[in-house]
Amino acid sequence: MSTEKRQEHIKRDVEETEEIQPNVEPGEMDEEFVEDLDSLLDEIDEILEEDSQEFVENYIQRGGQ
Amino acid sequence: MKRRIYGLETEFGIIWTPDVPRRKTLTVQNVVMYLFREIVAGRMYPDVFLENGARFYQDIGCHPEYATPECDDVAELVAHDKAGERIITRLASTAERRMRNDGFYGKISIFKNNLDTPGNTYGCHENYLMERHVDFRQLAGQLIPFFVTRQVFAGAGKIKPSHRGYYAISQRAEHIREEISIGTTTARGIINTRDEPHADREKYRRLHVIVGDSNMSEFSTFLKVGTTGIILRMIEDNFIQQRFALRDPVKAIQAISDDTTCTHQIELQSGRRLSAVELQWQYLECAKRYLEQAESDSTTNQVMARWEYVLTCLESDPMQLDRELDWVIKWKWLQTYLTKRGLEWDAPQVKHLDLKYHNVRQEESLYYTLESRAEIERIVRDEQIRHAEQFPPERTRAKFRGKFIKKVNEGKVLCGVNWSYIQLYEPYQILYLSTDPFKPEFDEASRTIYSI
Repeated sequence: MSTEKRQEHIKRDVEETEEIQPNVEPGEMDEEFVEDLDSLLDEIDEILEEDSQEFVENYIQRGGQ
Repeated sequence: MKRRIYGLETEFGIIWTPDVPRRKTLTVQNVVMYLFREIVAGRMYPDVFLENGARFYQDIGCHPEYATPECDDVAELVAHDKAGERIITRLASTAERRMRNDGFYGKISIFKNNLDTPGNTYGCHENYLMERHVDFRQLAGQLIPFFVTRQVFAGAGKIKPSHRGYYAISQRAEHIREEISIGTTTARGIINTRDEPHADREKYRRLHVIVGDSNMSEFSTFLKVGTTGIILRMIEDNFIQQRFALRDPVKAIQAISDDTTCTHQIELQSGRRLSAVELQWQYLECAKRYLEQAESDSTTNQVMARWEYVLTCLESDPMQLDRELDWVIKWKWLQTYLTKRGLEWDAPQVKHLDLKYHNVRQEESLYYTLESRAEIERIVRDEQIRHAEQFPPERTRAKFRGKFIKKVNEGKVLCGVNWSYIQLYEPYQILYLSTDPFKPEFDEASRTIYSI
């Protein structure tokens, strides 16, 4: 990775926003971001559907190496 | 750079949960037996080599363990490490079907992490084939400060009790009690002295590294093994002149793990104080100088670029690495989830989600949920992982082993297999040996043909 590439990478979020939809209003982007985040959090709720307390308490292994 | 043989061994955590709570339960031992049943038919002990050259077996403490075949490229190693996750996932699905036939309705969870709830630990061991001529004391002295500090990019992250600050960088750090030790189940050391090269002992030693965490992130695995490989090459070539000896390495590894800002300063024997990131910069600068005069290659260049990128980000704000490093990715998403759902760090759902990050079954996994939404930086493509599930690396002796295993599985031959030998029993007896893992062939050592 060149230095420029790394810099690009570091500023990824800003630039991606600009690259993909350069004419979009900031408010609209935020809305889309919030929707994406909400659906991801819903998906996380689904993978946590079993009883967390019980699952965590039961997760006991013998020590390994 | 000169070729090196790399291998990763991963001990997985495993648990079975019945569909109806408190109905019938299965012990971990039983679950592991179901898991292995498909591939160890007729064997006394669950321990087999696979067609891709890897070894899959039951290790100490009843953990299923996957050891990758010998790889001579770090990106290839990442693909083979991921292939192990996919293989064990498929075995879990088959095992669940068999269990249902036997009246056990439930789900197997498999975790690629290093801690259970009470704090028992199991490991991810890295293996590096090294040149024998290196003085071991010198090797240990130069590696200890590197291993103590590399967790800032190689750590897998863990929740810790709230009075200690909620979150730590490394899972293994608090289980490391010695600087140098032979032990792997107690008194674990920063440097482990186990040395079974499975190759010519005169020429090679095996460096067996037990200090690191298991990684879900391909980026973390790539950087962990890649940077270590470069450091070892510099040590073999006697290139590192600086001394970074630490005042108290065991205390330092814990203190660094406890500081998610990555600014904590540790003391060198010289009295100088440096943060883990600053110490890593020293190693990186040294590696740059080394590669100005040694031959590099494309994988090494990629490791170097990512190493520099990561240190640059860690210096200003570790959170910038929320697509790359396990401990940061997990931290970010645990924090986001608990904030949005109004939970505290010690809520069972948050601890559960920490475990779920490491679940290798993709539909059950926080890591793979994020990966499927393109929230994670990758190193290899899915096609490469699928290929590694079936085929051994082309350039190492794993190729020869894989070919034999395939013949065994097709019922064409009968043989016993280990890392450095293959004993063919039928149709006639031949012993094949390998003392050079860089060669994709074994040598025929002896042959007995019985005539009746």
